[in-house]
Amino acid sequence: MGELKLMKGNEAIAEAAIRAGADAYFGYPITPQSEVMEYLAAQQPHKRTGMVLLQAESEIAAINMVYGAASTGKKTMTSSSSPGISLKMEGISYLAGAELPALIVNVVRGGPGLGTIQPSQSDYFQATKGGGHGDYRLLVLAPASVQEMSDFVKLGFELAFKYRNPVMILSDGIIGQMMEKVELFDPIPRKTEINEPWALTGKSSDRKKRVVTSLDLDPYGNEKHNHELQRKYKEMEENEVRFEEIDCSDAEYLMVAYGSSARICQKAIKLARLKGIKVGLLRPITLFPFPTKQLYSYTNRIKGILSVELNTGQMIEDIRLAVNGKLPVEHFGRCGGVVHSPEEVLAAFEKIIMK
Amino acid sequence: MDLKEIIKPENLVYKRTECLTDKTLSYCPGCGHGTVHRLVMETVDELGIQSDVIGVASVGCSVLAYDFMDIDMTQSPHGRATAVATGIKRCWPDKFVFTYQGDGDLAAIGTGETIHACNRGENITIIFINNGIYGMTGGQMAPTTLLGMKSSTTPYGREVELMGNPIKITELVAQLAGTYFVSRQSVHTPGNVRKAKKAIKTAFENQKLKKGLSLVEIVSNCNSGWKMTPVESNKWMEENMFPFYPLGDIKVEGQLVQK
Ligand SMILES: Cc1ncc(C[n+]2csc(CCOP(=O)(O)OP(=O)(O)O)c2C)c(N)n1
Ligand code: SF4
Repeated sequence: MGELKLMKGNEAIAEAAIRAGADAYFGYPITPQSEVMEYLAAQQPHKRTGMVLLQAESEIAAINMVYGAASTGKKTMTSSSSPGISLKMEGISYLAGAELPALIVNVVRGGPGLGTIQPSQSDYFQATKGGGHGDYRLLVLAPASVQEMSDFVKLGFELAFKYRNPVMILSDGIIGQMMEKVELFDPIPRKTEINEPWALTGKSSDRKKRVVTSLDLDPYGNEKHNHELQRKYKEMEENEVRFEEIDCSDAEYLMVAYGSSARICQKAIKLARLKGIKVGLLRPITLFPFPTKQLYSYTNRIKGILSVELNTGQMIEDIRLAVNGKLPVEHFGRCGGVVHSPEEVLAAFEKIIMK
Repeated sequence: MDLKEIIKPENLVYKRTECLTDKTLSYCPGCGHGTVHRLVMETVDELGIQSDVIGVASVGCSVLAYDFMDIDMTQSPHGRATAVATGIKRCWPDKFVFTYQGDGDLAAIGTGETIHACNRGENITIIFINNGIYGMTGGQMAPTTLLGMKSSTTPYGREVELMGNPIKITELVAQLAGTYFVSRQSVHTPGNVRKAKKAIKTAFENQKLKKGLSLVEIVSNCNSGWKMTPVESNKWMEENMFPFYPLGDIKVEGQLVQK
């Protein structure tokens, strides 16, 4: 059993980064995720593992430092919250275009604009549909506990390097700020050798020069590159879909929720069962790739789905696409920092779905 | 005499430096970019650092610099080259890392990244091409466009009341504690090419000292954007650009040069 600790979600991200053998973190303060960099700074990662930590002058600078560091083949990450993630989007698009591995954490707060510093899930579209310009996808992991904040840092780096693609951890102010028990994984040493055949290490005489770029002025070349990216996303859809099902085997209805909203729904389905309502919870863990096939498999088994999100209805579009009109799918959610209670969710479920 | 008789080792007076590729330059004939590419690659060859150098191309006419330089390179988003270089250098502190940026890239959209990389004293080299215009996008006003100078977005000349003043970013960053060597040169005559080469070489060698950032500005022509012949553009540059952007070292070994 690994070391047990009581930690905030944001601290777990930071500790996991050091333990995952990250080579560099670049960030800029923003509530509700500032503890990530503060925890790192207190740990002096340059002494613990040799990891680079740098507070950049902006989120734009931070993501471009990530781009530079990632092009050396090293494990690189950044974290921020919604307005900061918007600023990073050009850089994230470049990372995807140049096929660089990197980990980006979004501890979401309510928007639009400066919005609120309170938790929200209103960046679902931005995270799962690319977010920046161009036809690209991020692999998106949605932790629902402090434990998963830690575990997904390690997993995120593995997936980022496996697919040479940026990975996003889409968390929110609740998971970032709450404290829970975490079992920390054993530290992995930082890489001592860079073997990636694309990484910038300096052109030695025994190999050709390497270029990291997202530019291809030849339209046919650019189209080919786009098809290659799409092939990768297909591969993710085939191999990386992750979800959790609770009380689903006998369910007549489903709630679908991720992250903090899934935690609330866990309680809501318990309250429902006490009333004799057979409802299960499907929690997508990867938001891209989305558990489309799994949701479709419910179409001839259940009567309806409630998408419960801390926003005005974003994931519901993916659920509707998944069930392809074969089931009623409705949305419930509070937003902008107002968090729904399990009782509220159940009442909404009875009103909207059971009618 | 046919070609075969001419192409003989003993007749060689000038050749491509090793680290330049065979690829035909994409620059307009007469443009200074090509000469600066050569000087940077000559420096890499003379210092023997091909296997230890990583370059950052920016967004501008020189976006394809990586096609012409036979070294490992990346290509940065517009204005962010010094942040990208910071990421590389922090991960490879013993490699030579340089950016190659235009004036729009370095002194407009990338001003924040430029100033903070300079101020942090990142041990990198910045090669900064100041041609007073946005070459790549078709000759719009740059932050460095002189007062009265015409461009496609200042068709009647730059007016201070409407468009503000041109910026001397090189003098500005020389004031920052993190810069170690700051110099302004040009490449429009053989004599100036030699001086520019010396400055670029110093800027690369300085990386070994780990004493801060080195920046070399090259005041250059954009004959296409300025709508002049190459010869006219060089003359115009001497008469108009140099008085406002005077050539010479601005900061040496961390000390401002007294004039
Ligand atoms: C974010 C962004 N904004 C604008 C552009 C368009 N753009 C490309 S090059 C350029 C200006 C480059 O001018 P400069 O840096 O002076 O270099 P030059 O072409 O003169 O060598 C602009 C505005 C872009 N590629 N990206
Ligand atoms: S447009 Fe200007 S800067 Fe660009 S290649 Fe032509 S002359 Fe050079």
